[in-house]
Amino acid sequence: MDLENQKRVKEFAEQYGPENVVVVVGAAEGEAAGLAAETVTAGDPTYAGPLTGVQLGLTVFHVCEPELKEEFDPEVYDEQVGMMEMVLDVDDIVEEMTAIRDEYCKYL
Amino acid sequence: MNSVIKGASYILAHTPEMVIHNGTTQTTERIVNPDGDYLKALPSHLRSYEDCVNYWPNQVYIGNATPDELAEVAFPYYDKTKEGASRYGKFGEIMPEEEFLILAQCCDVFEVLLLEKGFVAANKEKLAADPIITEDILARVQEGVELSEIEHFVNDEHAEGLYHAGQLVGCVKRAHDIDVNLSAEVMHENIMTKATSVLALLYAVKNAGISKDDVEYVIDCCEEACGDMNQRGGGNFAKAAAEIAGLKNATGSDARGFCAGPSHALVEAASLVKAGAFKCVLVTGGGCTAKLGMNGKNHVEAGMPALEDCLGGFCVVLMENDGVSPEINLDILGRHTVGTGAAPQNVIGSLVADPLERAGLTINDIDKYSPEMQNPDITKPAGAGDVPMANYKMIAALAVKKGWLDRKAIPTFAKEHGLTGFAPTQGHIPSGVPYIGFAREDILAGKIKKAMIIGKGSLFLGRMTNLFDGISFVIQANTAAEAQKEAGVSEEEVKGLIAKAMKEFAASLLAE
Repeated sequence: MDLENQKRVKEFAEQYGPENVVVVVGAAEGEAAGLAAETVTAGDPTYAGPLTGVQLGLTVFHVCEPELKEEFDPEVYDEQVGMMEMVLDVDDIVEEMTAIRDEYCKYL
Repeated sequence: MNSVIKGASYILAHTPEMVIHNGTTQTTERIVNPDGDYLKALPSHLRSYEDCVNYWPNQVYIGNATPDELAEVAFPYYDKTKEGASRYGKFGEIMPEEEFLILAQCCDVFEVLLLEKGFVAANKEKLAADPIITEDILARVQEGVELSEIEHFVNDEHAEGLYHAGQLVGCVKRAHDIDVNLSAEVMHENIMTKATSVLALLYAVKNAGISKDDVEYVIDCCEEACGDMNQRGGGNFAKAAAEIAGLKNATGSDARGFCAGPSHALVEAASLVKAGAFKCVLVTGGGCTAKLGMNGKNHVEAGMPALEDCLGGFCVVLMENDGVSPEINLDILGRHTVGTGAAPQNVIGSLVADPLERAGLTINDIDKYSPEMQNPDITKPAGAGDVPMANYKMIAALAVKKGWLDRKAIPTFAKEHGLTGFAPTQGHIPSGVPYIGFAREDILAGKIKKAMIIGKGSLFLGRMTNLFDGISFVIQANTAAEAQKEAGVSEEEVKGLIAKAMKEFAASLLAE
């Protein structure tokens, strides 16, 4: 995850409390989504950014996961995400995200 | 009439030492994790020049093989060798590091780049043996200085070291004591992008079969900025590179738009030619030292070579319609507007579906799409997937939503309308433009009729806007003959109308 984005996530967690923050990722690959999820839960796996060694344990979902999809107005979702949902390997993304959440998420 | 693509060039400079010393992944690591395993392991993952030349995607980039041939090579590519690989290709070349450093010295006009005497003596003739390097460029080579002088500048004066085979062989000095915009790091970055641009310009002139004196305007579209503390991005890389390339009749300017820069610049260049402002415009882009080894950590972790070891460059020559060469059709332009939004389907819609709909076409009317042409060998191990393939899936999915394509046809769409990625991950370099050289050939050979070039840019990286950006255009077979035919008919019509008017006038005079 981009170093500046790590900084912003860290600041939001401090400002609102980590239990009140949900991170929504939109990566196109399961692996990339998993890396982003790992960064905001267990810390930056590349040891480069502000979240290095910081285990925020934030709640994190990919926008194509069913739990998140049902939060949207279906029309808006179709307009904004429908095309990508058709293209992405959603099962792979769900698998990666679930594994990270099960291991590191503190607020679910 | 539309402008035509008269030729294109694609060049690489193999710069493994700059991966270590100038790539930002590595310079960042040296600050945050100086004793980490990555920096220790990296040197053993750098490729030799021969391996770099034999690498399939590099051979495709310089024109020694086609994207279709690459598609037949079993993935991954890094452990394969392209038989019959060569330094020189029909679009350009892969220049070795030692020669590139000499060329970079020729591109320095403020004596900030110093090379060691022995290094210059040992390598000057090698550069001279390159057929594209002209006498006037070679005349710029400086004899060089003592190593002790270079060591002094690197150790005491904040100079950036220049290395070859692990040895310090030169440096780029800071060009100002205080101004960070003229620091050694920035000067290094800018001279290297200028040098790759010069090489691309030289090949473009040759490939287009034109004279250097024909060039009237140059637009540079790289992602670097040159200027000083009072005008940070003042410019002008275009004119600076044109000077060294010997384009005496040219002026120029810089166009910027992150990775979308080349597509913006090509639309601007095509407009300048079509409007008649200039007869011959070159769009050039040099390479980016900062992006060397950008995904190096993933490559090292995967036990593979650090594949981002080359600076890239390209140049496209646009001229007045010659009745033969493929044209840029300015009637079919896709643009990501301020109001478009950042959702992928809005982005693809604005760049691909909307312009085609406006022109009464559908997604199936374009034979080949060239979006972000990043080499998947580089991006897949970094978790970024196959970027061109992701684009083709998005285009196909959009076509399904528009009712232009059956959902079952999504997997085959990429094979029919797509290309295998072969370009280095140098930001603007892979963005749409790598296919233009092949597109010109494929259209001239009658293999395809229309290709769409799609440039996209991440403007938010500059922290001035959260907006995304993109612009697309269509290259098509030459239509001058049809246009002339139409013009011919209307000329006769005009003559007829004039004759009729004269008759009526005469009749009215007689009547009086």
